Amino acid sequence: MCSILGIVNASGKLFSASSIIEGITLMNERCNGLGGGFAAYGLYPEYKEYYALHILLKDFEQKDRVEEMLKEHVDIYKDEEIETRNVQGISQDYLPWRFFVDVPERYAHDADNYIIDLSMKINDTGNALVISSGKNMGVFKAIGYPDQVAKLYKLEKYEAYMWLAHGRYPTNTRGWWGGAHPFSILDCSIVHNGEITSYGTNRRFLELYGYKCSYFTDSEVLAYLWDLLVRRHKLPIDVASEVLAPPFWEQIERMPGEKRRIIEALRITYGPAMVNGPFGIVIANSTGLTGVAGNGTMVGLSDRIKLRPLVCAQKDDYTFMASEESAIKAVCKNPDIVWAPGAGKPTVATVTGDV
Amino acid sequence: MYSSVPEFRVLIDKQRCRLCKRCIENCSFGALEWRGDKVKAFDDRCVACLRCVSMCPEDAITLRRTPSDVSAHPVWTENARRDVFTQSRTGAILLASTGNELHESIIFDHLLLDACQVTNPAIDPLREPIELRTYIGRKPRSVEFEAIGDSIKLKTELSPALRLDIPIMIAQMSYGAISLEAHEALARAAVMRGTTMGSGEGGLHKNLYPYSDHIIVQVASGRFGVHPAYLEAGAAVEIKIGQGAKPGIGGHLPGTKITDEISEARMIPIGADAISPAPHHDIYSIEDLAQLVNSLKEATRYKKPVLVKIAAVHNVAAISSGICRAGADAIVIDGFRAGTGATPKVIRDNVGIPIELAIAVVDQRLREEGIRRETSLIASGTIRNSGDVAKAIALGADAVKIGTAALIALGCTVCKRCYTGKCAWGIATQDPKLRSRLDPADGAQRVSNLLLAWSIELKEILGAAGINSIESLRGNRDRLRGYGLDHTTLEILGVQHAGS
Repeated sequence: MCSILGIVNASGKLFSASSIIEGITLMNERCNGLGGGFAAYGLYPEYKEYYALHILLKDFEQKDRVEEMLKEHVDIYKDEEIETRNVQGISQDYLPWRFFVDVPERYAHDADNYIIDLSMKINDTGNALVISSGKNMGVFKAIGYPDQVAKLYKLEKYEAYMWLAHGRYPTNTRGWWGGAHPFSILDCSIVHNGEITSYGTNRRFLELYGYKCSYFTDSEVLAYLWDLLVRRHKLPIDVASEVLAPPFWEQIERMPGEKRRIIEALRITYGPAMVNGPFGIVIANSTGLTGVAGNGTMVGLSDRIKLRPLVCAQKDDYTFMASEESAIKAVCKNPDIVWAPGAGKPTVATVTGDV
Repeated sequence: MYSSVPEFRVLIDKQRCRLCKRCIENCSFGALEWRGDKVKAFDDRCVACLRCVSMCPEDAITLRRTPSDVSAHPVWTENARRDVFTQSRTGAILLASTGNELHESIIFDHLLLDACQVTNPAIDPLREPIELRTYIGRKPRSVEFEAIGDSIKLKTELSPALRLDIPIMIAQMSYGAISLEAHEALARAAVMRGTTMGSGEGGLHKNLYPYSDHIIVQVASGRFGVHPAYLEAGAAVEIKIGQGAKPGIGGHLPGTKITDEISEARMIPIGADAISPAPHHDIYSIEDLAQLVNSLKEATRYKKPVLVKIAAVHNVAAISSGICRAGADAIVIDGFRAGTGATPKVIRDNVGIPIELAIAVVDQRLREEGIRRETSLIASGTIRNSGDVAKAIALGADAVKIGTAALIALGCTVCKRCYTGKCAWGIATQDPKLRSRLDPADGAQRVSNLLLAWSIELKEILGAAGINSIESLRGNRDRLRGYGLDHTTLEILGVQHAGS
């Protein structure tokens, strides 16, 4: 059991962390204090040309090492410690640091993949973890309840147009900072409630495309799968959702010609990318995706037999996606509409305003 | 001179026997004869096929194993001594049937499957759909679309694939090695369960063409029965390089078995020995294989997948990589326990490696080379039950093939005398009298039942593991644990020990 919550403003208006914190905290009984985290989009408008790397370091010595590594590969525009405060009940296992970096000219044509490779290289050292690497966004996570993590990182200081939050109740790996959600790759972040029974198949499939799983937890594969399908293979969102949570063959048999051909091709090609076991996820990207224009996208999705809850709501230009309706009602008394998306059917909210 | 002790003793209960002679009529090995007023048993001819036991209306016949004790010796076992006796008498290769009898420890039995408890729900196959459909063939790297107005159209062209309703196929067994009735029963079972059977290397009898879209037609070193219509008829074409029961060894169907019908199917003269050379005479290297793969694709206009079957030998991973790069749409790997109608015993018992290890290393090797999606892997040789199917798939196989299990479903009692041609159950024989004992419709139903039963069990296994489609088990070694396996074996399998 875990709690997930996402809030996005379609106009791209920045709003404080208070509502995401209040909403996720209401679901504290869904987690057990062994992991909490947030992703925020629109954090660094003044540095939005640069990749913002949020890195968890073992200690200051590692900071120097990581900096060395970064200098070999990218131009560091600015770096600073991510401000934290002491919070009772949270042991400061890591030193969070942010680097704003630029990819050297000669790699600029493939900058995104270059940053991903670099992040995986840093993770491979075992002493530092790149927890987010997109532009104008960042992830904050630690061991603790989500409200404690929010205090730790002084989230009250930040504003964003799109927020994700997660409270963890780990069931397959130990609680550690790296295992807390969101999981992020470039600007794509994901919060997950569930347990992936197909993890081994998914991980080995991702390895074929150069991804390395280093967080010892199943949820990590979701972020990479989404990256592979949506960013690299440019699948439209509903198509990518049909890969993660495909229709049953019985349903496919009844589909009209071309639709049926498409789903068959997807299942044949991406069978090992199907995510089995219960999941409710919210995914955020700071760009429009294939077939969806915009400056940000939030997608809510559950597994194909909906073994985990997911509720969505809308109020004016805000969209909410949460494990429980109560979390939405806690921060938005009278939504215009509340609905429960069907099993395996994506809910998409886009940011059309400038950010 | 002392000759070895018979393996079995045939006991006939005189009080029960009503002298109907039905047992004598049924014994195809001549172990029972009528002696004036009683049935006399010749123990040394009995192979324990159990035909007489099951046909006796009075249950008067009992077989006992090893009636006479021999002085025990841990090295010179009774079997070891018997083989020496036999060879000192005949001066010949020992023939054997079925699979490896020497190595008793089966890795499958030391692998444990996983199940869900609390943190995620097991799925009840009686309430929720669980899918077994499997596609065998080359898969594209990605799927691309063309946008046409608001809708999208598929741009990626898929390679020809075999669509299977269940990940269990029936192995290649030739018409000649087995009877037409057995061949037909297997083909009909494949149709009934939405899977395939293999023609074997003996061509295809005309009666089987109606089922041919569920038959994988084989091209082996003897090229028996290979002609355009045969290739055209099959659901796929399979090149046989080797088989697990006799890696590196050819085949020999004696002329006495080449009846007029077999002669027609194999396209060789009646009574002529059908000799399959050990290597294909046009394949002496991997590039020659690539040529054959391509010419078969050309011959079938690129509409059918081409499979390549090899025995699991020491260097199986590198060989499979070569086969994949030669264009094979699937590789069938036959483990060292695989069965056969006839093989030199010394080869059967001593050559090759276990299928569990072979699948694990081949799957891993193809992944490391980034070519796993370019070919499917099919595991065969020792698939005894649905647990073995699940474990083979979790280790990395796309599907499995069953041979011996399908024959047992047809009535085979594993007496291991297929090579004699005297199969009392009408399976491994061409004798019209014996063949008539096997009803193809009844046999098809039994094989179909077996496949159905395993499919239901597979769904239970998947559901317990919280998986509702077989593709999420494929290569999912995280859902396996080893129990009582040594460190090296676990490392090769890519599986952790139970408890870790």
